[in-house]
Amino acid sequence: MELAFSIFFQVLVDGIVLGFMYALIALGYTMVYGVLEFINFAHSEIFVIGAFVGAEMLLMFEATGALAVLHPALVLLLVLLTGMALSGLAAMGLERIAYRPLRGAPRLVPLISAIGASFFLQDFIRLIESLWRNAFYLTYPTLPVLEKSLKLGAAVEVPLKSILVIATALVMLLGLYLFVNRTKVGIAIRAVAQDPDTASLMGIHVNRIIALTFFVGGAMGGVAGVLFGLQYSLISPYSGFVPGLKAFTAAVLGGIGNIPGAVLGGMVLGLMEAFAASYLSLITNGAFGAEYKDVFAFAVLILILIFRPKGLLGEKVREEGA
Amino acid sequence: MLKVQGLHVYYDAIRALKGLSFSVAQGEIVTLLGANGAGKTTTLKTISGLLRPRGGSITLAGQALEGVEPHEIVRLGVAHVPEGRKIFSRLTVLENLKIGAYTRAAGSVGEDLEIVFSLFSRLKERRRQIAGTLSGGEQQMLAIGRALMARPKLLLLDEPSMGLAPIIVEQIFATIQAINREGVTILLVEQNAAIALAISQRGYVLETGTVILEGEASALTHNDLVRQAYLGG
Repeated sequence: MELAFSIFFQVLVDGIVLGFMYALIALGYTMVYGVLEFINFAHSEIFVIGAFVGAEMLLMFEATGALAVLHPALVLLLVLLTGMALSGLAAMGLERIAYRPLRGAPRLVPLISAIGASFFLQDFIRLIESLWRNAFYLTYPTLPVLEKSLKLGAAVEVPLKSILVIATALVMLLGLYLFVNRTKVGIAIRAVAQDPDTASLMGIHVNRIIALTFFVGGAMGGVAGVLFGLQYSLISPYSGFVPGLKAFTAAVLGGIGNIPGAVLGGMVLGLMEAFAASYLSLITNGAFGAEYKDVFAFAVLILILIFRPKGLLGEKVREEGA
Repeated sequence: MLKVQGLHVYYDAIRALKGLSFSVAQGEIVTLLGANGAGKTTTLKTISGLLRPRGGSITLAGQALEGVEPHEIVRLGVAHVPEGRKIFSRLTVLENLKIGAYTRAAGSVGEDLEIVFSLFSRLKERRRQIAGTLSGGEQQMLAIGRALMARPKLLLLDEPSMGLAPIIVEQIFATIQAINREGVTILLVEQNAAIALAISQRGYVLETGTVILEGEASALTHNDLVRQAYLGG
């Protein structure tokens, strides 16, 4: 019990970090589902594009010596903003090329296109990186300042990396909240999600709003990609699969199409996973180790969905007859 | 102001409008009457751009509307209050009204909001409420108020009386008249022929996608066919 207590805070921080990471990615799934009622299975690659943009920028800063000269906060800001912008643009391009021409086709058709786009993007990133660096596994350069920890009391340390993830995620979530609830375009996104035909009668250019939704969702994924690289160092073109699947799960858990739901779902999943990884073997006396964390997390997910099939904050996404 | 000529509209292979022609003059209230399936809603949806005609023309003050996207038609001065109100039920009352003013410059929204609130004081009381929690009558008021936020020259109203208590219907129609007095031209589709003709200058009776009768509202009120079919004898 001593041990269980002493690691509690550490596990909590890990869970929150993981939860925010899932939440940022889950927003891309849920926002796109909101406006198109369609799962963008290539969103995990949009996330990976962010991770690679971040890695390439940091490697470039390192090679030119800028990493040692520039203020680390400026470096991080530049990298996060660029990853965000390029992932957002990639998501917009994806919508234009792979999904918009299929609007009105049976529902499975764009879904298959999304799976195809996902494979294409994975191997496209691999091709580019192979040509450019002769390697497609990249290691994030270390920023010395991020290796430090903040000491809270005698036994508790929080790595600055974790604080960076939490702070960035909070800023992004607040920004998204204000954008979606307080701006005219944000209200238009919600109107399109509810009833695209009636939204067009308000003078809303529905296709433009859909493109914008992809951009915003993609930008969230891009930020998550950069944060993922900073936090876990090693990335590959295939790094998106597991976080993408978990974030999709988080979106469903929170209620697909529901923005606060995606954040809640991500947090629940992240915390469950972190606590299962650390406590399963303690509680079961070693019978179940950390490797069962996903089994535990998904078992809870299934239980929640049995009792709340629409997710924690789920609601009807579109009006009947609309 | 609005001229519809020889309009043909299909739902896949089913012909909904067969050469429909009618016109609405500046400042008028014109009613389209007809049974279910006569093509009234189809007509409004085609004018506002939700449906594409296969033949015929629609002109608004000389400008062709057929083939123009719905979001552009709003900018040309046409607002459509759709059948079943179609308010954004998960948005607040205020957000619904703001989204109605989507095409307007931010500066004029406050003024337009006051105009709508003066017509429908209920909406002002409930502006922070989620629109889905409003009563049927309030939702209809919101749908009309939302359309007015676009400052339309031509207002298309699809069955504003649907599912509402008679006293509420009277209030809504009095407001429609007030809106018309402010200079907004109105094209009205109604099942409730008596009250629709009472506020209209002219009317058209539609049957299976074409006009079978037209005239002054007062004349239609006394027409035997209209009396039997729509006014209950």
